[in-house]
Amino acid sequence: MSEKKFSKKHEWVSLEGDIATVGITKHATEMLGDIVFTEVPETGKVVEKEGQAAVVESTKAASDVYSPISGEITEGNKAIVDDPSSVNSDPEGASWFFKLKIKDKGELDSLMSKEEYEKFVAENPS
Amino acid sequence: MEIQKTALYNYHKNLGAKFVPFAGYEMPIQYKEGIVKEHISTRTHAGFFDVSHMGQFFLEGDETLINSLEKIIPADLKSLKINHSKYSFLLNEDGGIIDDLIITKTEKGFCIILNAACKDNDIKQISKFLDKNHKSLLNNELSLIALQGPKSVEILEKLIPGVSNLKFMTGSNFDYEGEKIYITRSGYTGEDGFEISISNKKVEKFVDFLIKHNVKPIGLGARDTLRLEAGLCLYGHDLNEKINPIEANLKWAIAKKRKETGGFNGWKKIKKLLESGCEKTRVGIKPDGKIIARENTKIFSTDDKEIGIITSGTFGPSVNAPVAMGYLNSNFSEVGTEIKLEVRGKKYGGKVTELPFYKKSYVK
Repeated sequence: MSEKKFSKKHEWVSLEGDIATVGITKHATEMLGDIVFTEVPETGKVVEKEGQAAVVESTKAASDVYSPISGEITEGNKAIVDDPSSVNSDPEGASWFFKLKIKDKGELDSLMSKEEYEKFVAENPS
Repeated sequence: MEIQKTALYNYHKNLGAKFVPFAGYEMPIQYKEGIVKEHISTRTHAGFFDVSHMGQFFLEGDETLINSLEKIIPADLKSLKINHSKYSFLLNEDGGIIDDLIITKTEKGFCIILNAACKDNDIKQISKFLDKNHKSLLNNELSLIALQGPKSVEILEKLIPGVSNLKFMTGSNFDYEGEKIYITRSGYTGEDGFEISISNKKVEKFVDFLIKHNVKPIGLGARDTLRLEAGLCLYGHDLNEKINPIEANLKWAIAKKRKETGGFNGWKKIKKLLESGCEKTRVGIKPDGKIIARENTKIFSTDDKEIGIITSGTFGPSVNAPVAMGYLNSNFSEVGTEIKLEVRGKKYGGKVTELPFYKKSYVK
């Protein structure tokens, strides 16, 4: 798998061939708190870069998860639908949200590296 | 208006609290462990809540004070014994709820605990009915700490011997560190517990004791999930000035005698509703599956007619499922009725359910 790239909306993406895996960052889970509900997109759904793709809810509020890149969904992670709290424990590993067939690899260039993302988080505390 | 802080603000900060503005105060929404763990530790052990933002309003006066208060509060204050408390309301002329409250009879008069967001207006509304010989004071020198959970009694008894003798919704003065503190057996979580009114100067030391006994600090986040599981209303969400106690399914909180004899704001309307029923009713709602129906979620009948709205909804950690309450057209309010909930443009199933979602364990 390629190195992870990060969005300003706190999603990560990693690429294997032309299939990208997308999840939310550890920092995002810390801001959200206890995750109690997730909704992942259905296979075949076409998503745009920065378009709404999934939902994550904590005890406090519901938030949209955006796709950092355009493409067609190949799989939603059923495991996080069955056990939403698993997103808190392994957000950047087993608890990814969805996989998609990437439309334009060039879109990855607009995303941040791990170091850039960490700097972005430090400079934009919320 | 400048944002206010309770006497424990820095204490919360040191405990790792995340703050949010709430009713004009900077209040902890959660601490390091998070809402679900705070919720569970309250249900299984004990937690403490700083609720010092709430108004502690004291009234003194002769027997005419009761007549004055009974014009705006539909409780039977004449029969209320000293050191006994009642859940009640301030009502407007249309029977709408200006605030919900706990009123306790004291030796000299009454103490009323008011919601933080409402307290200034509440005092204005109450004062309309007071005479010159009635004294009143919103005491900002006092903090209010709620200690809630099954271990509360065992822990507090160690510090304040005698509290275990209190029954639910009664209180008493106790000695602590050379001052009198007032403790009631009450709360807002569905658990056994106490509310402790203590001077701002002594409150840190008191809370230190609780923390030493492994009592966790609990923020507003878990306070909300706990009270919703217990089926208790939150003013400004489940109750407001346009909703009356009959619609709110709180007619039990209007004293029997007062229902018959009246003499309080909105009685005509309330009497009529007691006889003929009302168009909408507050109910508990359990969404199917894991979907969370939050405040303002529209409720539909199975044949897609809009029949109500959710006023509180979250995930209930102890029932391990989403829980909600809201107002439904009374024709659909029977327990077991199937309904639909519109979340993010899609309709999901749900059922009208009995309240509370989580069985209360008060010591009566």
